[in-house]
Amino acid sequence: MRLPIHPDLLAMQSTVRPEYDRFFWICVIICTTVATAIAFFLIYSAWHYRRRNANELPSQLDVKVPAEALWIGIPFLIFLGMFFYGAKLYFDIERPPDNAETVYVEAKQWMWKVQHPNGIREINALHVPVGQAIRLKMISQDVIHSFYVPAFRIKQDVLPGRYTTIWFEADKPGTYHLFCAEYCGLNHSQMKGWIYALSPGDYARWVQQGGAEGSLADTGEKLFHQFACSNCHHFAGHGPGPNLVGLYGSTVQLQNGQTIVVDDDYLRRHILTPSGLTVEGFHSSIMPTYQGQLTEDQLIALIAYIQALGNRTPEGVMAPDAQGSPNPGEHQRESRSAGKSPGGF
Amino acid sequence: MADTSHLELREQFSTPEQQRESAISGMWIFIVTELMLFGGLFVAFTVYRLRYPAAFTRGSSEMEYWMGALNTGILISSSLTMSLAEYFVAQNKSMRGAILLLVTILLGAAFLGIKFTEYYLHFHDHKMPAFGFEETGPFAPQVQLFFVFYYVMTGLHSLHLLIGIGLVFFMFVPTALRSLNAEYHTPLDNTSLYWHFIDVIWVFLFAIFYIPGAHIR
Amino acid sequence: MATHMLPETAARNYLNEEDGIFSWLLTTDHKRIALLYTFSITLLFFLGGAFAVLMRLNLLSPHGAIVGLETYNKLFTMHGVIMVWFFLIPSIPNTIGNFVLPMAVGAKDLAFPKLNLLSWYLFMLGAFVAIYSIFRGGVDTGWTFYTPLSTTYAMGYVVSAAMGVFISGFSSILTGLNFMVTIHRMRAPGMTWFRMPIFCWSMYATSVIFVLATPILAITLILICIERVFRVGVFDPALGGDPLLFQHMFWFYSHPAVYIMVLPAMAVVSEIIPTFSRKPIFGYKAVAFSSLGIAFLGFLVWGHHMFVAGISVYSALAFSFLSYAVAVPSAIKVFNWTATMYHGSVSLETPMLYAIGFIGLFTIGGMTGLMLAALGIDVHVTDTYFVVAHFHYIMVGGAVMGFLGGIHFWWPKISGKMYPEFLAKLSALIIFFGFNLTFFPQFILGYMGMNRRYGSYAPEFQNLNVLSTAGASILGVGYILPLCYLIWSWKYGPVAPPNPWRATGLEWKTNSPPPKHNFDETPLVTWKAYEFEAQKEELNLG
Repeated sequence: MRLPIHPDLLAMQSTVRPEYDRFFWICVIICTTVATAIAFFLIYSAWHYRRRNANELPSQLDVKVPAEALWIGIPFLIFLGMFFYGAKLYFDIERPPDNAETVYVEAKQWMWKVQHPNGIREINALHVPVGQAIRLKMISQDVIHSFYVPAFRIKQDVLPGRYTTIWFEADKPGTYHLFCAEYCGLNHSQMKGWIYALSPGDYARWVQQGGAEGSLADTGEKLFHQFACSNCHHFAGHGPGPNLVGLYGSTVQLQNGQTIVVDDDYLRRHILTPSGLTVEGFHSSIMPTYQGQLTEDQLIALIAYIQALGNRTPEGVMAPDAQGSPNPGEHQRESRSAGKSPGGF
Repeated sequence: MADTSHLELREQFSTPEQQRESAISGMWIFIVTELMLFGGLFVAFTVYRLRYPAAFTRGSSEMEYWMGALNTGILISSSLTMSLAEYFVAQNKSMRGAILLLVTILLGAAFLGIKFTEYYLHFHDHKMPAFGFEETGPFAPQVQLFFVFYYVMTGLHSLHLLIGIGLVFFMFVPTALRSLNAEYHTPLDNTSLYWHFIDVIWVFLFAIFYIPGAHIR
Repeated sequence: MATHMLPETAARNYLNEEDGIFSWLLTTDHKRIALLYTFSITLLFFLGGAFAVLMRLNLLSPHGAIVGLETYNKLFTMHGVIMVWFFLIPSIPNTIGNFVLPMAVGAKDLAFPKLNLLSWYLFMLGAFVAIYSIFRGGVDTGWTFYTPLSTTYAMGYVVSAAMGVFISGFSSILTGLNFMVTIHRMRAPGMTWFRMPIFCWSMYATSVIFVLATPILAITLILICIERVFRVGVFDPALGGDPLLFQHMFWFYSHPAVYIMVLPAMAVVSEIIPTFSRKPIFGYKAVAFSSLGIAFLGFLVWGHHMFVAGISVYSALAFSFLSYAVAVPSAIKVFNWTATMYHGSVSLETPMLYAIGFIGLFTIGGMTGLMLAALGIDVHVTDTYFVVAHFHYIMVGGAVMGFLGGIHFWWPKISGKMYPEFLAKLSALIIFFGFNLTFFPQFILGYMGMNRRYGSYAPEFQNLNVLSTAGASILGVGYILPLCYLIWSWKYGPVAPPNPWRATGLEWKTNSPPPKHNFDETPLVTWKAYEFEAQKEELNLG
């Protein structure tokens, strides 16, 4: 019978995958060896020491401590090896490289919504260029989902109320399954899509056909003014609210004494429920809450805009302490990330 | 030889000592399970308290500190009367023990009376989640979370206290009739253990719900 | 030393001591209560099994062969709820444990017989409430009730299912309490802790977990019911709650729960192996302490169900490491059982077949557990059929086979009859074969990326699913056979002697079936566990 081996099984699709598969198969070999050895001893003993006489009483051997110690010690060492190897692999899977580009993903019952920084939106599909590390920042609109690309050996739960991150770098052009891997209700098994890894040339062509109406940060900028954020957050010095230029990724002290890094989660929580998260030196309870007024889409766009502010000043306004970017109006993308979202415990 | 007929040595046991020790061990293990039950709630509460300190302090400020403190005093006193009851019964002064058990019941009832008064007052102030809860201010959902824990934890405690009062009452009758005496008072010992446990739980509940916001009025 | 029945009382035993339905429904005899439980869990096993059959039939086709997605989601949820809480958790402790434990320590009954009966009634009440939710329309959240799906979005009868489990939890707690006090206080004269059979050590460890872990489940279920009924946020992020807190609380119970399911099976195997090898268990103290070690360490590893859930990398590291640590005591048991057989006098009656099968399948399940404990590996295979295969190897290949082995081992003692040996062996082999055919392909499916809880799946997974379903049909037949021949043997089987296996435990020193009070005279124990040498005259050995 033809063995039903999926073509994925033997190919190299992502940078992490060879490392994964190597470790996986080493474990399979270890497990098979141990299981075979145990089975052998069981069957051997059952045969060789089979009862030959109904009344026989075999020698009642006593404990041999060295044997006991050996088969506690050796397995434990093997286990330690598996632990370290697994931990290293995990770190590689979880920690994106610095040059990773961020794409936002929103999960909802029962579809995946993807937002590229250049403004292109996709549903149940994600186009990426081969050879570029992609960081996914994900959030759910309702229940817990999980973003799973078997070919890349990556999976990450997508939670409501908080961003979670995963990354990958596609090695070869191809089309790969995307599945939801956390039971999320009726159409859980239907919540799937495709990852399209394209050669750089094909990807550039795809982007051109993309039909984006301005980048994600541009959308965020529009929202920033539409929701009157600019009334308090000025670009020339501080207003009632802090100047947001250069804020993203920086470390600030909050009024309650905590010191935090300004990342996506902080910004999202702060926009939705400002109190308790105010930066030291500013009045709490001036900023109104935007809970219920902004969709997750819009929050992502605003955060992308704030991230894009970086060191740069928006066109037409010079901040007194601005670092002075050579081309005001050019986006200087700060792709610093705070790594795995804090607040997980 | 003492009349052991009322000791009711159960058939699975070989000696009265074995029966008594088994009963006491069983009660301690049961208390451990209760500890785990409340423990889960305490842990969940602590997680949120650390995450939303301002909201939880705000919620705590809604508590009437003096009512909580009074209740704490009442329960601690009831533990005293309970212990004294046990002491007197063990001294074969079952009548005195019975009276003290009665006082314990009254104190427990007083506690519940004050507690339900508090619940009613909170309801009146729109601080009962799902029943007209109102909170203005920035972190209303977290304040509601505080109150959810408040009602669940003190409610669970009150339920246990009610059961405790029932148990004490069941001990009152045989004590007054002197069936529980110096020779045999294991059920009373167990009831007493249970009662003290409920008291200890309350002390911690008082600490987490009443004290954080007490300075704000 | 030996307690022999007087001839005229030989015909009176716990089964014929009293007659009438109320002598059963109001009994406080641990042996009768064990039979009440056996009756209930057998029914529930076949109910959960029926759901599994429907699931596997449905998975014959990538698009769902016989039911729609809504029904499928309910099927896997109810299969999980029933099998975990209404079969596996009570199975060995409340059937074999209830029957054997008091006798194994030389007592007349458990410490609290009335609580034991109450346990059964609570269990039945919980089962009725859970089944009510099935008949009203079912629940489709998965047996893990993850929030906010279960509290805010699910349409089914979540509260009644959760309450059914909640009620049955008290049954567990009381059982654990009863067993612990019995072992502490009711051992026969001369039976020190280190003369107790390993069965008792493992049941003790199980009881510790019952007592400590179950209340956490209780409170977690209460909280989700409160959230669902009153629409307040406890775990709902929209109201400031944390869905991960639910997962932590749920798994803090549910991981130790899997040790509740497997330790009793290990208890059974620890009795069978020495008996059918005619040797004391190798490394008695190591095996005894390993039971406690598993119980203790089992409380520290719950986070390994959450490696991709959004916990911090450092948490994940700690949980992974501890998960490897908990594998060590399990490995000790496996090696020690195998060493017991080595140089023994091995006889392959049915209980021994099940016990050997347990060791092999538990080893495979355990080793794949080690793979899952490796953080990097888990990322790909968590929430896939790899995990499903892993836990079925332990639960079905392990716990259920342990249960069947124990039922066969103690069947003569319980019923006074012998089961038909050839048919029993045949069934064991059918079960072993059917089991592996069902679940081994699932390891491959998981690695290939087939998700669990999918009522429809990508077409490339079909071949292995068909194989798995074929195995499941064979497994089903394998389970029905013992049901039939055991019931048959109860009436028509040959009469069993007091000690057909020439085992050394105290329960074998009384009649089959035992009298109501177990022993005519309280035993006085002057020998170690499994000390064949000391008992060889009585057992006619050597």
